[in-house]
Amino acid sequence: MKRHVSYQEASARERLQQLFDPRSFEEFLPPSARVISPHLAQLNAPVAFDDGVAVGRAQLGGVTVYAAAQEGGFMGGAVGEVHGAKLVGLLRRAVADKVAAVVLLVESGGVRLHEANAGLIAVSEVMRALLDARAAGVPVIVLVGGSNGAFGGMGIVTRCANVVVMSEEGRLAMSGPEVIETANGVEEFDSRDRALVWRSTGGKHRYLMGDCQRIVADDMQAFRNAAQEAVAAYAGQPAELTLEALEAEQQMLDDRLTRFGTLPDPIDIWTAMQMPDAANIPMLDVDSFIAAAASHRQGA
Amino acid sequence: METLNYRFEQGTRRLTAPPEVVGVVGSGNLEVLIEPAQLDGACTIEITTAAVGFGPIWEAVMRDFHQRWLLADTRISINDMGATPAVVSLRMDQAVQTMLGDA
Repeated sequence: MKRHVSYQEASARERLQQLFDPRSFEEFLPPSARVISPHLAQLNAPVAFDDGVAVGRAQLGGVTVYAAAQEGGFMGGAVGEVHGAKLVGLLRRAVADKVAAVVLLVESGGVRLHEANAGLIAVSEVMRALLDARAAGVPVIVLVGGSNGAFGGMGIVTRCANVVVMSEEGRLAMSGPEVIETANGVEEFDSRDRALVWRSTGGKHRYLMGDCQRIVADDMQAFRNAAQEAVAAYAGQPAELTLEALEAEQQMLDDRLTRFGTLPDPIDIWTAMQMPDAANIPMLDVDSFIAAAASHRQGA
Repeated sequence: METLNYRFEQGTRRLTAPPEVVGVVGSGNLEVLIEPAQLDGACTIEITTAAVGFGPIWEAVMRDFHQRWLLADTRISINDMGATPAVVSLRMDQAVQTMLGDA
């Protein structure tokens, strides 16, 4: 049996080495190219030689895909101008080269605020490039399993993808816990309540709400298998975001607001969804959880 | 931020592998980029660090590193965010070992 390797604990570069076929990752603009942020140096802040993201070509079960991994350890994976441009370039090249899929290993707090408008524009360009890739028939698979989750602009980018794979430990949302508490008060959301944070933004809630399509254990091989299956499922299939899909998404969000809008805690939502033993859901292992969720989850 | 440069001569060990980067620019951590380069046999180290005023300690750590590995024609570039000397030595050894293929 293969040794368990935590996806969450791995660095971006370790994920690229371990998730894809051994030694298959070929990096575009590697650290030795020293394409660094022009803004951070002006602010007298530390830079990284890859600006916090590695992009390139890899094999996944023998299939060539393009891949990117954000490094949560560098400024929380935040997207600056160069970081964003690397993602955009990867997505555009994926269209030009007609690859089977793009696999994004997202771990990011969103826009790198140090870079202000350049960072905001960078993230919106990533969204546009992602949707362009889908329109050109290149499916985009996003994996969310790092400690920093997928928040802000990268939360939106994640939800633009064809398939989102999460672990329970992974988190996906727009505003992060501290942001909500700062803006709306601790009565609205206590960011120090870690259990509440993971109940509200973690993989299990996202899976039940229909915001991610797959949930896996925090295990490199489990993420690899899910990514490989997602790529295989889209082979020869249209990947474009259609008007019908958008309208269905809008309807799902409307229904969510109507059904659950007044409920203060995810446990109340799970109870309203008639999940058995709702309060115990955070304690379930992933297989028991998937079985329990099967006939209840939204968007299934 | 402070930039420090060191150059060591009389190294004997040349590296042939493609450039490698180890570590992450996070709090108390650093990234080390190591590359073969034509430097008339020298090993150069450029450090950009968020912790200002620790030049003498860096110099001692770099001197120890050079004595351990005696690298020649090697360029090392470091982005540091306040790593302790032990972490710096660990990362630098990791970088060399990765290049040598026994990490």
